[in-house]
Parts: sequence; structure tokens; C-alpha cells
Amino acid sequence: MFPWGKRVGGAGSGETAKERLRLVLVHDRIGSSQEILSGLKEEMLAVISKYLEVDAGGIEVRLNTSHRQTVLAASIPVRSVRRWVNSPD
Amino acid sequence: MGETWVITSGKGGVGKTTTTANLGTGLALMGKHVALVDADIGLRNLDVVMGLENRIVYDLVDVAEGYCRVRQALIKDRRVEGLYLLPAAQTKDKTAISPEQMRAICQELAREFDYVLVDCPAGIEQGFRNAVLAADKAIIVTTPEVSAVRDADRVIGLLEATEITPPLLVINRVRPDMVRRGDMMSMQDITEVLAIEVLGVVPEDEHIIVSTNRGDPAVISHASRAGQAFRLICRRLEGENVKVSSPIETDGWWGRLRRLVGVAR
Repeated sequence: MFPWGKRVGGAGSGETAKERLRLVLVHDRIGSSQEILSGLKEEMLAVISKYLEVDAGGIEVRLNTSHRQTVLAASIPVRSVRRWVNSPD
Repeated sequence: MGETWVITSGKGGVGKTTTTANLGTGLALMGKHVALVDADIGLRNLDVVMGLENRIVYDLVDVAEGYCRVRQALIKDRRVEGLYLLPAAQTKDKTAISPEQMRAICQELAREFDYVLVDCPAGIEQGFRNAVLAADKAIIVTTPEVSAVRDADRVIGLLEATEITPPLLVINRVRPDMVRRGDMMSMQDITEVLAIEVLGVVPEDEHIIVSTNRGDPAVISHASRAGQAFRLICRRLEGENVKVSSPIETDGWWGRLRRLVGVAR
């Protein structure tokens, strides 16, 4: 890109706008996810506890968004596997 | 069977009505049958921008409530063949019609027309929901300003929860001189942040004000740069492989050089 017409030394306000917008949108997009996440976390804990004994305080559930793709990532510390109800012995 | 497009934005004043009027007129000029629907009940404007405000007899709410048939409420544009307007009611509000009624009316129109273009009100409340739930496809209109792009992002998020196909973006009121100076976000900046496909870029153009003053959509005039941009968008909508170029590329010294070398249009 030719530099003619561009501000010498320092970004124009357009650059500032883009950066502020980026931050605001991350915040906006996370905001709408928070509500979903808290309910999700509780229900996930209930289901997983049937099979595994987990450290409830150490659970982390996150929605990671980049380029309009969202991935649900959960990190759940496991203490032990519960005995199977119908074990062979 | 035609398709229903909602033209929405979130933010007010970015050019939804202007875009609806110009795309509708442009498509009709290409020989398509187009029905424009003003979903902004209580604050109607599509009629005025189209210059058809004196010909309103029935409106969208009359149709929804069964006082008349759609055919009776449609206003036939006398300048352009195949172009019709279903105006909004002015004395009611957005709760006067339900999404189901809106969808039924648009589906009936889609049986007769190639394009049904719904001018969505600003905001994300009932009027927005009515318009969006009736549509198959969406065009998001934004300007290169922080508040408009932020609202557009919110609307894109809301549309993702519906059955509408991924929306297309129109960036309106672009000032190439300001983009060049670094004082306005570029098309690349905006698409990086919103991550949706760009349908077109429309430059700021005094002619838009003149055209609204007269009630003659700018797309009809060959002197209007915004009108030219809308015409290109119509061609793209019709499947033509028209390159989306930011106005900056065809402007000034650089633009003239490119044209000389045969790169720009």
C-alpha cells in the first residue's frame, strides 16, 4: 500500500476505531455466553458425577470464539471413577 | 417462487430504507418482479423514499387484519415496470402484526414476485423479529462507524439463531478520502471484525439526499455514485460475478493509474 495521504507517525483514528471495536465485540459476545454457561456448568456437573467423582470447585467451562466459530471447552478435574453399578464380581 | 430478503442493521439511520428502495428499483430495472415491504409500522419511510406516499390506500396492517387482500394494498410504481410497494401503517405500532402474519404475507408475495424485500425497522424488538422471522435471506447494512458495526454484530448473532442463511453485508456511506487518510475504517477492517461476506460498498453521495427530496431512488440516475454502487449490488444478487471493490480503488491518483493500466473498472 502506498503511504501517500496516510498520516505520518502514528495511526489514524480509523485504526483506533478498529481496535476499540474489537475489544467491545469480544466483551459483547462473551456477555451473551455467560448466561448459557452457568446453567450448562451445573447440569454438566450433575451428569458427570454419575460416572466420575469430580472436583466441583476446579471445573472450568468456556466458550471460545474466533472468526464466528465457537468451541465449548470444559476442563474437569477427576478424583476417581465410581464403581460400576453392575460390576462382574 | 421468489425469495424474501430482510434488510436490517440494528442501528438506525445507516441506510436500510435507502438500500431497500434502491435494490428493489435496481432489480426491477433489470426486469425482475419486485415487492417492497415496509415493516416499520408507526414510522413508515419506504413510501416517502420511493415517492409513493400519495398513493397509499391500504397498508400492511390492513392486510394482516383481513380488511383487504394483498393485491389491493400493493402500490404499483409507474416509473419502473414490475415494482410494487406494500406500505406500513402509520397509526399503529409494531405489536399490530405477528411474525406468523408477516410470514404468511411474505410467502404469498413470494409466489408472485422474484424478490420480496422487507425494510426492517431499527432495533431488535418486535418489529425486527416480525421482519426477520418472515425472511429466507438477510442483508445487513452498516456504516464504517464503531456504533453501527457493533450493532450489526449483535444482529448477526441474533440471526444465527434463526433459519436465515448467513447474511450479506452492505457497507454504506463510505468516504474514500477519509479511508485513505486513515480516519475511517476500511472494508477490510470491517469484514475482519464481522466475518461475513460483503455484498457491496456504497459511497457517501449527496445525490442520495436529492433523490429522497424528489422521491426518485438514486439507482435510476447515472450521475449518482451511490446509485452505481447499488446497481452493482443488484447484479451480484442476480448471480453475476461482479468484483466487490472498495470505492478507494477507483478514486484519485491511484485509481486513475489503475484505470490507465486497465486494472480497475
